[in-house]
Amino acid sequence: MRFSGFRVIKEALTGHRGWGPLWRNPDPQPAYDVVIIGGGGHGLSTAYHLAKVFGGRRIAVLEKGWLGSGNIGRNTTIIRSNYLLPGNEPFYEFSMQLWERMEQEFNFNAMVSQRGILNLIHSDGQRDAYRRRGNAMRLAGADAELLDREQVRAMYPWLNFDAARFPIKGGLLQRRAGTARHDGVAWGYARGADRLGVDLIQNCEVTGFRIEQGRVLGVDTTRGYIGAKKVGVAVAGHTSQVMAKAGLRLPIESHVLQAFVSEGLKPVIDGVITFGAGHFYVSQSDKGGLVFGGDIDGYNSYAQRGNLPVIEDVAEGGMALMPAIGRARLLRIWGGIMDMSMDGSPIIDRTPIEGLYLNAGWCYGGFKATPASGYAFAQLLATDAPHPTATAYRLDRFARGYLIDEKGVGAQPNLH
Amino acid sequence: MLIPHPLLGLRDAQEFTYLGDARLLDRPDGLADGAAAAFFDYAYLRDNPAGIHRELWFHEQGDRSWLVVTRNTLTHEILGAELARDVARARQGGAA
Ligand SMILES: Cc1cc2nc3c(=O)[nH]c(=O)nc-3n(C[C@H](O)[C@H](O)[C@H](O)COP(=O)(O)OP(=O)(O)OC[C@H]3O[C@@H](n4cnc5c(N)ncnc54)[C@H](O)[C@@H]3O)c2cc1C
Repeated sequence: MRFSGFRVIKEALTGHRGWGPLWRNPDPQPAYDVVIIGGGGHGLSTAYHLAKVFGGRRIAVLEKGWLGSGNIGRNTTIIRSNYLLPGNEPFYEFSMQLWERMEQEFNFNAMVSQRGILNLIHSDGQRDAYRRRGNAMRLAGADAELLDREQVRAMYPWLNFDAARFPIKGGLLQRRAGTARHDGVAWGYARGADRLGVDLIQNCEVTGFRIEQGRVLGVDTTRGYIGAKKVGVAVAGHTSQVMAKAGLRLPIESHVLQAFVSEGLKPVIDGVITFGAGHFYVSQSDKGGLVFGGDIDGYNSYAQRGNLPVIEDVAEGGMALMPAIGRARLLRIWGGIMDMSMDGSPIIDRTPIEGLYLNAGWCYGGFKATPASGYAFAQLLATDAPHPTATAYRLDRFARGYLIDEKGVGAQPNLH
Repeated sequence: MLIPHPLLGLRDAQEFTYLGDARLLDRPDGLADGAAAAFFDYAYLRDNPAGIHRELWFHEQGDRSWLVVTRNTLTHEILGAELARDVARARQGGAA
């Protein structure tokens, strides 16, 4: 079944009886060439790219719940490539380019919307820092524009420009950034992978690894043992738990991040805005809800819900930036568990166990990486060589001192 | 979350800043053999358990003492709090 405008019209006229399920629901085979653990965005993107770009393998994705039940369906959907460091920026720009063509490629509407992200500037020092960042972005082939105060006012006249404490002095704009429908991304990759022959196996929790003489042979699951020549782990917030079963301790802490959505409002924000003086960012969904968030709660957590102090902090940030938000009522608040790494950057690498590969440490920014993370992980799984834009994401970089610390706060996951 | 401070009673967790796993009390000896490997482990690797976690909280907006808080990371239930000073001394086998 292919999606097209013609098809939508035809189905509308014939009572929508022609749509089928987007993927099969197979039982696991006894063995595969590659088993990917975790049916979130990164696992599904990995399977899709492995089958599509590198081909010729029997592949399964094992998901303990349903596809897309983790962070891929809980994030605030922002995609951007506005990083500073050379280990990061080319990778995120590669991801941005994949976002720009993925919907045509996998024939699914992921509602990729390049509505722009505006990072606000509130001081002269911050302007210098953003100018530097913008230059770094452009060096890596991304787009960046430094706006002055009046240019920002023309875009969002209702922002609190003259707040005594944090006046708005300008902004860094990336026009190609934006948002995407998070579930749509998971479903698009899932459907694409399924059509390429990948087995997507749900309700299948990995409970252990079978490892002999330093080599992985397969995984124990709640649906029985599954043999595998190679195993790729992409379980986000549960990385430490899963890798502990293979005897590995990692430079990762699990933390909770909350997100918020207001009641539906008339269109007011057509892009993404981030406050530069407190942690608050906001966009508006196509249904009209203001989607916003801020800091992680800051303590180790697997609870998938947060506490009130962060809610207060985010609300204060919102009020400082756009006082009008105080009139909107909150509809929902939720949390997701993230794998915060010790330098705030991800890991895509082999592990000391032969045949076992790791994709982790995405912190609160892994949604935008979904296409490139899957592509790079697939390349590593297929060829044992890293993708050229992902060579810095080594697991041993902490021991060697090659950290990728965008914020410069050191080995303190709750500050990244 | 309310933290039962051993000296001050129940205090709002907002008054504290969080550092992490209480193993950070066991700073390796920088002059010992294998210090580099020990410090890598100390600085970067974490057990990150789903369940009971002993962790360091600093009462920054209070009496500025360090506490070892025992907390369930699956439920956020707080099971106890001790002065980090006492914990460290007990580990060294000294008198509190
Ligand atoms: C509130 C919030 C807002 C965010 N906002 C943004 C944003 O605006 N922009 C951005 O770029 N990023 C954002 N992120 C981060 C982003 O969502 C994550 O980094 C990313 O989704 C993680 O990768 P994933 O999609 O593969 O994870 P997940 O969807 O969590 O996938 C991991 C999967 O592994 C499965 N799993 C775990 N253990 C096992 C096991 N033992 N066996 C089998 N399966 C298992 C889980 O069930 C899960 O489905 C946000 C995160 C949160 C929580």
